Amino acid sequence: MKRLLLLSAALVASPVAAQTVAITNAKLVIGDGSAPIEGGTVVVRDGRVVAAGRGVAVPGGVETVDAGGRWVTPGIVAGFTRMGIVEVDGVDETADLGAKTSPFHAAIDIAPAVNSSTSAIPLNRGEGVTRAIVAPDNAGSIFAGMGAVIDLGADRMPVTRPRAFQFMEYGVDGARAAGGSRPAAIAMFRNAFAQAKDFARDPSHYADQGKEALLTRADAEALVPVASGKMPLLVHVERASDMLALIDLKRDFPAVKMVFVGAAEGWMVAPQLAAARIPVIASALTDLPNSFDQLGSTQSNVGRIKAAGVVVGLGTINDNDARQARLEKQYAGNLVALTKLPGATGLDWNAAFAAITSVPAEVIGMGDEIGSLKAGRRGDVVVWDGDPLELGTGVAAVYIDGVKQPLRTRQDALRDRYLVPQEGALPKAYER
Amino acid sequence: MKHFGLATVAVAALLAGCASDGGGRPQSASAKSGKSTGKGPGIGKAFSHDPFPSTYKRYPGTPTLVTHVTIFDGEGGKIDDGSVLFADGKIVALGQTVATPADATVIDGTGKTLTPGIIDIHSHLGDYPTPSVPALSDGNEATGPITADVWAEHSVWPQDPGFSRALTNGGVTTLQILPGSANLMGGRSVVLKNVYARTEQGMKFPGAPYGLKMACGENPKRVYGSKGREPSTRMGNVAVDRQTWAKAVEYKRKWDKYEKDGGEAPGRDIGMDTLAGVLSGEILVQNHCYRADEMAIVMDMAKEFGYHVSAFHHAVEAYKIADLLKQNDNTCAAVWADWWGFKMESYDAIGENLALLQKNGACAMIHSDDENGIQRLNQEVAKALASGRRAGIQISDAVAWEWLTINPAKALHIDDKTGSLKPGKMADVVLWNGNPFSVYTRPEKVWIDGALLYDANDPKRRPVSDFELGQPGSGDVK
Repeated sequence: MKRLLLLSAALVASPVAAQTVAITNAKLVIGDGSAPIEGGTVVVRDGRVVAAGRGVAVPGGVETVDAGGRWVTPGIVAGFTRMGIVEVDGVDETADLGAKTSPFHAAIDIAPAVNSSTSAIPLNRGEGVTRAIVAPDNAGSIFAGMGAVIDLGADRMPVTRPRAFQFMEYGVDGARAAGGSRPAAIAMFRNAFAQAKDFARDPSHYADQGKEALLTRADAEALVPVASGKMPLLVHVERASDMLALIDLKRDFPAVKMVFVGAAEGWMVAPQLAAARIPVIASALTDLPNSFDQLGSTQSNVGRIKAAGVVVGLGTINDNDARQARLEKQYAGNLVALTKLPGATGLDWNAAFAAITSVPAEVIGMGDEIGSLKAGRRGDVVVWDGDPLELGTGVAAVYIDGVKQPLRTRQDALRDRYLVPQEGALPKAYER
Repeated sequence: MKHFGLATVAVAALLAGCASDGGGRPQSASAKSGKSTGKGPGIGKAFSHDPFPSTYKRYPGTPTLVTHVTIFDGEGGKIDDGSVLFADGKIVALGQTVATPADATVIDGTGKTLTPGIIDIHSHLGDYPTPSVPALSDGNEATGPITADVWAEHSVWPQDPGFSRALTNGGVTTLQILPGSANLMGGRSVVLKNVYARTEQGMKFPGAPYGLKMACGENPKRVYGSKGREPSTRMGNVAVDRQTWAKAVEYKRKWDKYEKDGGEAPGRDIGMDTLAGVLSGEILVQNHCYRADEMAIVMDMAKEFGYHVSAFHHAVEAYKIADLLKQNDNTCAAVWADWWGFKMESYDAIGENLALLQKNGACAMIHSDDENGIQRLNQEVAKALASGRRAGIQISDAVAWEWLTINPAKALHIDDKTGSLKPGKMADVVLWNGNPFSVYTRPEKVWIDGALLYDANDPKRRPVSDFELGQPGSGDVK
């Protein structure tokens, strides 16, 4: 962590006004899958959690907030998003998703594109999302580039960890990007990793063949930490047979840390996923055969693969992923609903909440930093006015890195302007 | 942009079919001119208005009494610990207690909620089915901005797996399938009962009027502007609409005259038939429109040519003109709970849209426009309701249920048949395994016309479309 932080000091957010605060009398959720604790306390000092639980002493002189018995949890960690790199999806100029005519692919680093002024950031912050895993989209290669982990704080430093992972498309989109077939995608993968190996062996003699190269120098360099397992490789894959093919491929690249994203048919190969120790960032409620890659889709997917021993968190790939991470709470709640449905497999509440907090953090290699209220984690804390997975619940307070966050959004301002639709003494443009 | 590109096209296409004529005012006055040359076939009788009739027949059911259940009647009423009886496909009685007929199946509804089946006024199941491959994508005849001649029912694939999810996860019993929104006039919609059949006609809601899908805003101007033709602007949208309506008025006048007086029959124009049907109040306008300023223009255009917009669909800025909507013969708004920002004209969407419409006395309802959203319309209303309450707008759960059933029924002109639990109406009923505004609740049983078509406790009462039969996960919980 330290090395990374030094290398990317300019991009990495550090709490400007890190606060020290204690929240007491809470229905406290740690986020690690354990049950809520009645009458709990969480203490945050200099932006980090010092202690959380029942009977935790509040040090003298610390600002104390009485939660009045309300739910207090770690902030939501959105498991797969395009947040902060798109303002309006339909307005191309506002999007930095993919670069169709760029010669670069794996080397693309999404971090500089993350814009803390994107409307999605305050909107999702106001609904309890405090961190997001942000991926670029692919164009012209199976490799999309390097994604980041961001915070949703109101400062101008959104990036928590740049170059946190490489993102790759397989299945329908990967095949298309590789020239038209899955075998072509596998060939592209093997060739890229062979070139990355050449690069790693002797960077100074790596021949850059320019635009005509199958892999640019920069792309080869970007894949070196993926090949060595220092940087996770998130792979979008939905079809059961594709997952098996990737598990086979991984045997030739044992150091590569694959994480499957989507994985609609994961339940059909759950034992193999578990044996290969491949974690999953799943789309919780995919239950239609949107493509022939997803014929076996069911909302019970997450519950079934978890029951098989797979580590599984929730993400929102290709599901309004630039703006609607807030829906992950609803999705997690729906997985709890399945536990009452005969024949279905869901998650209990504690596991469902972990699937949108600690699990995505662990999957991306940041479980020690974010996603729970265990001691040492960043002080990302949310106070809710009810069960955070319930549809009617609102947010009372959000802390990121221990800093209390503003919650008002552009939407709130529009609402207030039109609470009475008619104009008053002046046009609406004067009401603010 | 890949994902969004797809989403945009789908959304654009999907948003074009929401213009129903809630007014239903007969417009026959235009045929008053002229000498009487004899006797015509009579108004509305020159040609068939129903060449593809419904063949839907309700499935058998048993008289059913649900007791000790929380009831939302769909018209703002709530009964705690009440009973509902339905038999022979109809609602028979509801109240605190209802006498038990000897032959009735009695279901203990303790801890559960009973509601009318959900009605989605905006769906593309069947015309944009899953799997979403080009071979099955039949929602937008995007070859010209005016395609009033096409009928969504001729695209609907009755084997869309989405119908089953809408039933079993969503409790949706009636839905309107619309053409997409690429075109200013995208064609006729069709209203379906959510009951699988071999043919689309076997699903067709008996007696439901047709709709004409219209669209304003970004989609038509983008689709045709990119082809270098009119419309490429919003002013182009309105210009093409008005020119077309002017022709429709003339077409209708000729046919009215012929039907009244006889003589030589005018030439048929299949698209003009639909527009004339709108002008006569027989076909409802369902109008995709996002922005407040554009909705206001459309309402005046409707007055200019003598029709009424039944509902604006999507209507993300309806909250800005709730008063205007109400003043215009209570033009309805069918909206999402929290979709926003996916295109420029959705930028000002707010979570309080439904609540603000309700507060101002306007006709409001939820809609999905989405094969996933249609599975959770009750949850969408729960979110919208909570947003409203946080803004200080107090609306009861029972009134909010109107957004799911009776209001869409009104905007489809089927509120005399379904949409609430009034005795005599179709027994389209959902028994929820808890409070349907909780995320932890799902449909337990769904009846359509009194027939039990989904039962969470019986895997055999779970429909599997032809497409999914024999596939991985066939018959699985979904």
